[in-house]
Amino acid sequence: MAQQKIYIRFLDEVGATTRFVLRFFHELIKPRQEYNEFFRQCYWIGYKSLPLVGITALIMGLVLTIQSRPTLVEFGAQALLPAMVSVSLVREISPVITALICAGKIGSGIGAELGSMRVTEQIDAMDVSGTNPFKYLIVTRVMATTLMLPVLSNLSNAIGLYGGYLGVSIRGHVSWHLYWTQVFNALSFGDVIPSLIKTFFFGFAIGIIGCYKGYHSSKGTEGVGRSANSAVVVASLLIFIIDLIAVQITDLLGLT
Amino acid sequence: MNDEAIIDVRHLYKSFGDNHVLRDFSMTLAPAENLAVLGKSGSGKSVLIKCIVRLLPLDQGSIEVLHEDVGALDLDQLDELRARVGFLFQSNALYDSMTVRENLEFSLRRHWNAAQRKRGADAAVLEALTDVGLAHTVDMTPAELSGGMRKRIALARTLILRPSIILYDEPTTGLDPITSREISQLIVSVQQKYKTASIIISHDMHCIDITANRVIMLIDGKSYANDTYANLRKSADARIQEFFD
Ligand SMILES: Nc1ncnc2c1ncn2[C@@H]1O[C@H](COP(=O)(O)OP(=O)(O)O)[C@@H](O)[C@H]1O
Ligand SMILES: [Mg+2]
Repeated sequence: MAQQKIYIRFLDEVGATTRFVLRFFHELIKPRQEYNEFFRQCYWIGYKSLPLVGITALIMGLVLTIQSRPTLVEFGAQALLPAMVSVSLVREISPVITALICAGKIGSGIGAELGSMRVTEQIDAMDVSGTNPFKYLIVTRVMATTLMLPVLSNLSNAIGLYGGYLGVSIRGHVSWHLYWTQVFNALSFGDVIPSLIKTFFFGFAIGIIGCYKGYHSSKGTEGVGRSANSAVVVASLLIFIIDLIAVQITDLLGLT
Repeated sequence: MNDEAIIDVRHLYKSFGDNHVLRDFSMTLAPAENLAVLGKSGSGKSVLIKCIVRLLPLDQGSIEVLHEDVGALDLDQLDELRARVGFLFQSNALYDSMTVRENLEFSLRRHWNAAQRKRGADAAVLEALTDVGLAHTVDMTPAELSGGMRKRIALARTLILRPSIILYDEPTTGLDPITSREISQLIVSVQQKYKTASIIISHDMHCIDITANRVIMLIDGKSYANDTYANLRKSADARIQEFFD
C-alpha cells in the first residue's frame, strides 16, 4: 500500500514536470522576451560559476594525468598520455563534472530563490499584477542555464587540458607544442560534437528542475530548503541518465 | 442580481480536502464602494479574495469581476483583467531583490509598451509614491523599510496601474495603532482620489470604522450579516457582537 503510494507520487511528479516542460516551450515562443533578465541570469550563472568550474577542471586534468601515468608506463605507452587524457576529459569527465558542479551551485540557487519567492507570495504578486511570472522567472533562467552550460563545459575542457599539461610535465619534459599537437590529433569531431550537444541537455535539465522545484515550493521555510535540496538531487540524477542515453546514441551512430 | 455591481460573487463553494472553507458565499461590490469583510482568523477571507483574482480555482459558483466571468477567461484575458484589480497581500509580497522603483515599474513591463515606459515610467513611479507619501524611498530596497512603509509601497505598486478595484488583505494587521490609523486614512484618500472600489479584509474594528461604507461578516463560510458598521454595532446577535468586544 505504502509502496503503491510512492509509485503513484513518483508518476504524479513525472507528469507535473512534463507539463512544466511543455508550458516552458509554450511560453518561450510567446512574444515579449525578457532580454534584460536573461542576460542578468547568464552573467550570474556563467560568470559567477566560472572560478569553481575552472579550479575543479584544472585539478581533474592534473589528477587524471598523474594517476594514469603508472598504468601507461607499465605497457610502455606513456607517449599516449596526452591523447588518453584529452579523450577522457573532453568526452566524459569535463562535461559531467561541470554539470554536477552547476547542479549543486546553480540548481540549488534557483530552487532556493524561486522557492522563497513562492513562500513570500512574490510569485503570486507577479501573477495578480498580470505580469506573467513564468516568462520572467522561468523562461529566462532555463534559457540561461541551457546556453551557459556548454560555454562552461568548453572552458572546463580547455582548463582541464592545461591541467593535463601540468601533470605531464611534472615527470619528464614534454614541449608545450608537442603536448597540444598530441591532444588535437587524438580528438575528432566524433568526440567533441556529441559531448557539446549533451551539455545543452545538462543545462536544460539543471534549469528546468531548479525552476520546477522552486516554483512549486510548498509553504514555509522548510519548503524552501526542500526545494533547493531536491533540485540538486533530481538534477544530478538526470545528468547521469542523460549521459547514459547520450553514450548509447553516439554508440549507435558509430561516432566512437 | 445587481447590474451595477463590479464584483458579483454567487453561491461560491471552496474546499481544501475535508476543510470546507466557503459554503454558498455570495456578495456584490458596487462602484466606488469600500466594503469590509470581517471574519475570524481562518474563516476563509484570504481564500475569498484569492478566488476573486483566480489565484485559487473555485469549486462551485461563479465570480464576475468588472462584468467578466473570471472562470471563463483565457490566460491573456485574465492578465488584462488582473491589471485592473489591485491586490495587497497581507505579507506585502514586495520583490525583495529589487529597489522600490523596480518594484513599481515591474507591473508596467507587461501592460505598457517600451515607448510608453520610456516616456512615462519615471513620472508614474513618482506619482504613485507621492500618493503614499514616500517619494524619497525610490532607490531604497524593501529590507531598508519599516512595516508601515512596506505597506505603503505595496499600495503604490498597485496604484501605478490605476486599478478600478483594490483588494486589501488585512492592511493593518501587525502594525502599531498609530500606523494602522495612517494606513486606514490612506485607504480612504486613495479611494477619494481615484474613485476606486475596494474590498478590505480585516478584523481591526478601527480600520473598518474609518474605511468601510458597508460590512459583510463571513461566518461558517457564508455571508452571515451585511450592513453598515453603525447598524452592526447596534445588533443584538451574539455572533456579531463578539467582534465588537
Ligand atoms: N492553499 C491552501 N491549501 C490548503 N488549505 C488552505 C490553503 N489556503 C487556505 N487554506 C485553508 O483555508 C482556511 C482559510 O484560510 P484563510 O482564507 O487564509 O483564512 P483567513 O480568513 O484568516 O484569511 C484555513 O483553514 C486554511 O488552512
Ligand atoms: Mg488571511
